[in-house]
Amino acid sequence: MEVNQYLEMFIEESKEHLQACSEHLLELEKNPDDLAIVGEIFRSAHTLKGMSATMGFEDLADLTHKMENVLDAIRNEKIHVSPEILDIVFESVDHLEEMVMDIANGGDGKRDVSSTVAQLKRIESGEEALPEVVATVATPEVPSVLEYDGFEQTVITQSAEQGFNAFEISVRLREDCLLKAARVFMVFEILEKDGDVIKSTPSVEKLEDEQFDQQFYVAFVTKESAEDMQKKLMKVSEVDEVSVAKINQEQFSEKQYEANEEVAATATATATTPVEIVDTPVEAPAKPAPAKSTPAKADKSHAPVGNKTIRVNIERLDILMNLFEELVIDRGRLQSIATEVNHGELNETVERMSRVMGDLQTIILTMRMVPVETVFNRFPKMIRQLSRDLNKKINLEIIGAETELDRTVIDEIGDPLVHLIRNSVDHGIENPTTRRAKGKPEEGTVVLRAYHSGNYVFIEIEDDGAGINREKVLAKAISKGVVTREQSLAMSDNQINELILASGFSTADVISDVSGRGVGLDVVKTTIESLGGNISIESTQDVGSIFSIQLPLTLSIISVMLVEIEKEIYAIPLSSIIETSIIRSSDIMNAHNQKVIDFRGKVVPLVFLEEIFEVPRKELQDDEFHSVVIVRKGEKLAGLVVDSFIGQQEIVLKSLGNYLTNIFAISGATILGNGKVALIVDCNALIK
Amino acid sequence: MTNAVEQENIKVIVFQLADKEYAIPVSHVQGIEKLMHITRVPKTEKYVKGVINLRGVVTPIIDLRERFELPISEHEETTRIIIISLEDMEVGFVVDSANDVLDIPASSIEPQPEVVGSLEEEFISGVAKIGKRLLILLHLEKVLNPLK
Repeated sequence: MEVNQYLEMFIEESKEHLQACSEHLLELEKNPDDLAIVGEIFRSAHTLKGMSATMGFEDLADLTHKMENVLDAIRNEKIHVSPEILDIVFESVDHLEEMVMDIANGGDGKRDVSSTVAQLKRIESGEEALPEVVATVATPEVPSVLEYDGFEQTVITQSAEQGFNAFEISVRLREDCLLKAARVFMVFEILEKDGDVIKSTPSVEKLEDEQFDQQFYVAFVTKESAEDMQKKLMKVSEVDEVSVAKINQEQFSEKQYEANEEVAATATATATTPVEIVDTPVEAPAKPAPAKSTPAKADKSHAPVGNKTIRVNIERLDILMNLFEELVIDRGRLQSIATEVNHGELNETVERMSRVMGDLQTIILTMRMVPVETVFNRFPKMIRQLSRDLNKKINLEIIGAETELDRTVIDEIGDPLVHLIRNSVDHGIENPTTRRAKGKPEEGTVVLRAYHSGNYVFIEIEDDGAGINREKVLAKAISKGVVTREQSLAMSDNQINELILASGFSTADVISDVSGRGVGLDVVKTTIESLGGNISIESTQDVGSIFSIQLPLTLSIISVMLVEIEKEIYAIPLSSIIETSIIRSSDIMNAHNQKVIDFRGKVVPLVFLEEIFEVPRKELQDDEFHSVVIVRKGEKLAGLVVDSFIGQQEIVLKSLGNYLTNIFAISGATILGNGKVALIVDCNALIK
Repeated sequence: MTNAVEQENIKVIVFQLADKEYAIPVSHVQGIEKLMHITRVPKTEKYVKGVINLRGVVTPIIDLRERFELPISEHEETTRIIIISLEDMEVGFVVDSANDVLDIPASSIEPQPEVVGSLEEEFISGVAKIGKRLLILLHLEKVLNPLK
């Protein structure tokens, strides 16, 4: 079978199901008695099994199957949930994740999981020796899976009076069945030859659309006997199992309606497949049955019906973004032409267009936004694992997981966050004994918080652990040669805290597996800065630390201030600009070798961009006034001296290509309205 | 470049630099552009003239005269930028003029004469004699890498 076209979708959906599994497992750990959660996990696992078997990833399907058996046993209360069992299930989910990752990376998803499989088997057989738990559903003793409304009940009762038999037939297709709709059609064809189908679950429409897993149920009236029907239906190829049970008409009492919800619930719980129990009006084929939706409680996993979304390949969004960027450049060009021509109507049109484009930009950018949840959701499991490995009690709180960020940022931010959280857990949170001695609760708390502020998104990792030990950090920094003793005397607390982000730093007395070998935090800093972000640390000893990451909302279109030096135009990102100002030559003071100005009571060093960028000067200028752009990096300020300000503009960030890399103080380029290239100044490089 | 030599004929773009003719395989040439505004990029090698806007793509420009340490001349009407793509890099070469597209038989390519002894020697992968013309084949990897 040609599977490539489905592979991507398979990988995506597998990831979603696995994520759902882990989330529910964590939930289950907190409420071990809530069997509804087990049902959810089971559903995800089951779908995953079906999908992977279809795609031919046997190992994946096999392991899922083993896991499913255990879950099924739990669900049927044959096994009781215990931490050991959960560990094994977690382990299986980890293996499954690895397999899916392997498949995503072009592998075959094979992996040696024999020990996990053996343990799963042990758990499964430990209490109950049911070889295939799945078979339970089909037994005739099971209370009716289908529900009947008044009309259908009448039909069944009347046909019984006329000598017809009413059966409830459950048909189970093979898991590797490819043309499910065709098989369904064949089944119905046989049925309709010999009698009438009264109703089916899922509805016929859904069956035709293959919106079911392997099993479906049909209520059927016929003169044939149950055995004959079963044999006939078994003739349809790819049908795994058919069971025919007589409909018990005594069920049709008033009571059933009151019990409807309960039945629906048991039905969901007992059915091996996530059968959609009538959340759409069910119609009997061939007969226009009254469309009455049964008052079944919509299951949680089937909930997002009203949510109209489509899946769009991210590549298409990238293309859309690129096209829009082209437009932004042309808009710049149009604007500059309009200013030159100075034609009333042209100006108006250009202005209108700019406004529409502004709206368009907002929409395109929001389309690319992804909630940070997609990154955060892997952390609960990680914390769980870490707290076991380190014998610490840790509670992870996630706040603001719905905060949205550009996808490009999301892709990059995962690893730095993993590093920081590991760091907080390993170095921050103390072990329970120490915590008790300090008068803190034994359980440490790590708070992962995300929120919007202005054009930025902040992500904070807060722990109530030991905080940063100033003396220890300083001693280490000096011994490692990161700073000198003299320098250290003048450093503020925050500056000292930030030393742990310097390269070649690891303060844990024992190097642990958890938070790296001192290669970690400087990488974090570099990654975040490469994203145009910032990281800062606040810490109080014995109270805790907050690592705060500031990230731009988007990366590709930014607002800049254009400045001119001689004939060259440079762009300075507005995000780093505090303000602009014009100063007199006489205001410039000399501090040692550095020219500085007094800016609102602060001494701000001046950076002459002309010198930094070695701009060729035709003639020496000696202006009385200087245009200065005050920029900042964290707490530090600097004044960039330029010839003149041109104005503010939205620009599209372009890279300088692979040939020119690591140009000092230039972070990229952009194309101006006149078609020329302007370079973007990297203020972070200019401030030490 | 090297694999092109094994073919029977290679199609090359011939361009002029000072008084010599050089050749680059067509497969590496993206296009030939007239001189346009070049934005200087500070703190780069002298022969990196800057970047241009090549239909929306910011492309770096190398002046081959300066790369080969030939005498610098003013840019003229015939001056062209040859856009080269090598691996994942796109770079433009400023040359005096782009002359020709030629098919040269692989057999006519000889290793560089050892006696040349100038700086440009190390950028040459071979020479080809076509009639009275002597074409110098550039070794693109060496021209582009590394930025010493």
